[in-house]
Amino acid sequence: MTSDILVVSGVDVTFGGIRALSDVSLSVPERKITAVIGPNGAGKTTLFNVISGFYKANSGSVTFAGTDLLSQPAHTRSANGISRTFQNIALFPGMTVAENIKLGAHAQLRTSLFAAGLYLGPAAKEERELEERMDKTVIELLGLQDNRDSSVSGLPYGTQKRIELARALISGPRLLMLDEPFAGLPTTEKATMAAQIRKVVDERGVTVLLIDHDMESIMGMSDQVVVLNFGEVIAAGAPADVQANPAVIEAYLGAEA
Amino acid sequence: MTAPSQSLPAAASGTKPLDPRIETISWILLVLVMISVPVWGSIYAVYMACLISINVIATVGLNITVGYAGLLSIGHSAFLGVGAYASALMWLHLGTPLAVNLVIGAVAAFAIGLVFGIPALRIKGVYLAIATLAAQYSLYFVFQQWTSVTGGDRGLSLPKIDVFGFGDTGFYYVVAFVALIATLAARNLFRTRIGRSFIAVREKDYAAQVLGINVVSTKLIAFGIGAAYAGIAGALLAAFLRIVNPDQFTLVSSVFFLAAVVVGGRGSILGSILGALFMTLMPEFLREIIALVSIEGADLASLLSPLREIIFGSLIVLFLIFEPRGLVGFVDRALGRSENVEARQEH
Ligand SMILES: Nc1ncnc2c1ncn2[C@@H]1O[C@H](COP(=O)(O)OP(=O)(O)OP(=O)(O)O)[C@@H](O)[C@H]1O
Ligand SMILES: [Mg+2]
Repeated sequence: MTSDILVVSGVDVTFGGIRALSDVSLSVPERKITAVIGPNGAGKTTLFNVISGFYKANSGSVTFAGTDLLSQPAHTRSANGISRTFQNIALFPGMTVAENIKLGAHAQLRTSLFAAGLYLGPAAKEERELEERMDKTVIELLGLQDNRDSSVSGLPYGTQKRIELARALISGPRLLMLDEPFAGLPTTEKATMAAQIRKVVDERGVTVLLIDHDMESIMGMSDQVVVLNFGEVIAAGAPADVQANPAVIEAYLGAEA
Repeated sequence: MTAPSQSLPAAASGTKPLDPRIETISWILLVLVMISVPVWGSIYAVYMACLISINVIATVGLNITVGYAGLLSIGHSAFLGVGAYASALMWLHLGTPLAVNLVIGAVAAFAIGLVFGIPALRIKGVYLAIATLAAQYSLYFVFQQWTSVTGGDRGLSLPKIDVFGFGDTGFYYVVAFVALIATLAARNLFRTRIGRSFIAVREKDYAAQVLGINVVSTKLIAFGIGAAYAGIAGALLAAFLRIVNPDQFTLVSSVFFLAAVVVGGRGSILGSILGALFMTLMPEFLREIIALVSIEGADLASLLSPLREIIFGSLIVLFLIFEPRGLVGFVDRALGRSENVEARQEH
C-alpha cells in the first residue's frame, strides 16, 4: 500500500496582478514518480518554489509526511528529507565537484566552528566518513568518478546535471524534486538519466516529483502525471489517461497555436 | 526561480586542491622561515616580521568575510580597534596575561562584529560596503569620545611585556605562533561544512538554503569570524606598539586590509598571506629604493617620496589587470594549476 507523502492543497500564488497558481491541489504518493507538466509559464517552477519555501502562498497548505511545511523556513527542508534540483542548474562554480556534492549533506553534519578550526578527531572523522559515503552512494551511481576533484565550472552540461542530482541525493532524501532533469540533454543521456531516477525510486525508496517538457521520458517513467495550465490543475492521473484527456490536448494545442 | 544571484567571478577557491604533499612542505618551510627570522634578521627584520604576522591575521579574517562569504566590508580596522582597546583595558585594569587578553579581544570584536554584520542580511555588494562604514565611523567615534575609558585622542599606553625573559624576540615568537595557528584554523575551516557553507552563500544563496544552510546565521558568523580575527590582530598590535589610539583604526587602515585581500587573492588563505606580505613590505621596499637613489642629492628624497605612493598604487592596479585573482593567481600559474580559469569566465 502506498500513502501520500506530500499533499498540496488549495495553494494560491500571485505576482503583482498575475495569478501564477490558483487553488492548486495535488497528492504525491510515496515511492512513486509523479510528473508535473504544462506549457511554459504554467506555474510548475512556482509550485516547486512554494514547496521549497521560496515563495509565499496567499492561501492553502503543503503537508509533508504529516508536518506543515509552509510555516517553516526554506532551510529546514533538507533536514525534513526534501531535496531538489533547479531548472537552470544551481551548482557552485567556485568549488570542486566533491565539495558541491558534500554540500548536499550539510544539514546532516555536526562539526562546530571550533572543531572545524582544529580539524582533529571528530571534524576530520566526519569529513572522512562523508567522503566514503559520497563515493559509495552517489559518485558511482552517477558515473562521476573521473570528475570528482575537478572544478565544476567548465564541465559539460550533462555532467553538471548529474552533479546536481548527486548533490540532491547524498542526503538520502525521502522526496526528490527535479525541475526539468531532461532539458538540454541528448537522447542517450535522457535515457541514462531516466534509468538513474528509476533506480533511486526502486532501490532506495525515494519519492520523486519532477517537472519536464519531454513527453516521451515523462510518459515512459511516471506513475502519475499532473497537468498545470495557467496556474490551474486541469488533469491528474495515470500517464495514459492524462494523455487522452481532451482538456490536456486542448491546453497543449492552444499553447502551440 | 529567484533572480539568479551574482557570483563573484574568479575567486581562487575553485582551483584544484593543492597536492597535500606540496601543501605540507609549504607549511613546514613557512614555519622554518618564521622561526629563523631572529637568527638571521636584524632588529628591524624582527620588527617587520611582527607587523607582517599581525597583518596576516587581520587579512585572513577579512578574506573569510569578503573573499569566502562575499560580504564586502570596509570597516575592518574598527574591529582591530575593538580588540586593541578590549585587551589593553584588561591588561591595564585587571593585569591579565596576554593569552587572556587575546581571547577577550577576539570575543569582544566577534560580538561587535555580529552587531555590525546585521546589514549583511539585507543588502549586498557596494551597498553593504557603505553600511560597514557605519562600523568604521561609529566605533572611531567611541574610541575618540569615550575619554574616561579609552583615553580619547591620546589613547592608552601599555607597559612593555617580556615573554619568558626573551624581550622582543620572545614577543615575536608569540605573534608568529598566533598567526600560524589562526591561519591554519582558517584553512581547516574550509575543509568542513562551515567553510563550504560560506562559499555557497556567496555564490547562490537560494541553492544554499535548499541544502539546509541557514543564510542568516551563516552570514552573521562569517562576519563575526572576520571581526574576531581582527580583534586578535588588534590585541597583538596593542601589545606590540604599546599604545592604542583612535588614529590607528581609520578608514585608510580598513582599505589597506581590503587591498591586501584583493591583491593577494579573494577566497584564498595563501592569497591572504601573500597580500599581507605585499602590502606591508612593498612601501618599505620602495622607500629603500628611493633612499638609495636619493643619496646623490638630498632634496631628491622630498621630490621622490610622493612618487612612492604613486608607484605603490600603480603596482596594485597593474597586478589586478594582469591577474585579477591576485598574487595567488601567479602562484597557481607557476604550479600549472590555472587550467579552469578561462573556462569559468566563459560560462
Ligand atoms: N519571481 C517572480 N516574479 C514575478 N513573476 C514570476 C516570478 N516567478 C514566476 N513568475 C511568473 O509566474 C508564471 C509561472 O512561472 P513558472 O516559472 O512557474 O512557469 P513554468 O511552468 O515553470 O514555466 P517553464 O516551463 O517555462 O519553466 C509566469 O507568468 C512567470 O512569469
Ligand atoms: Mg519552470
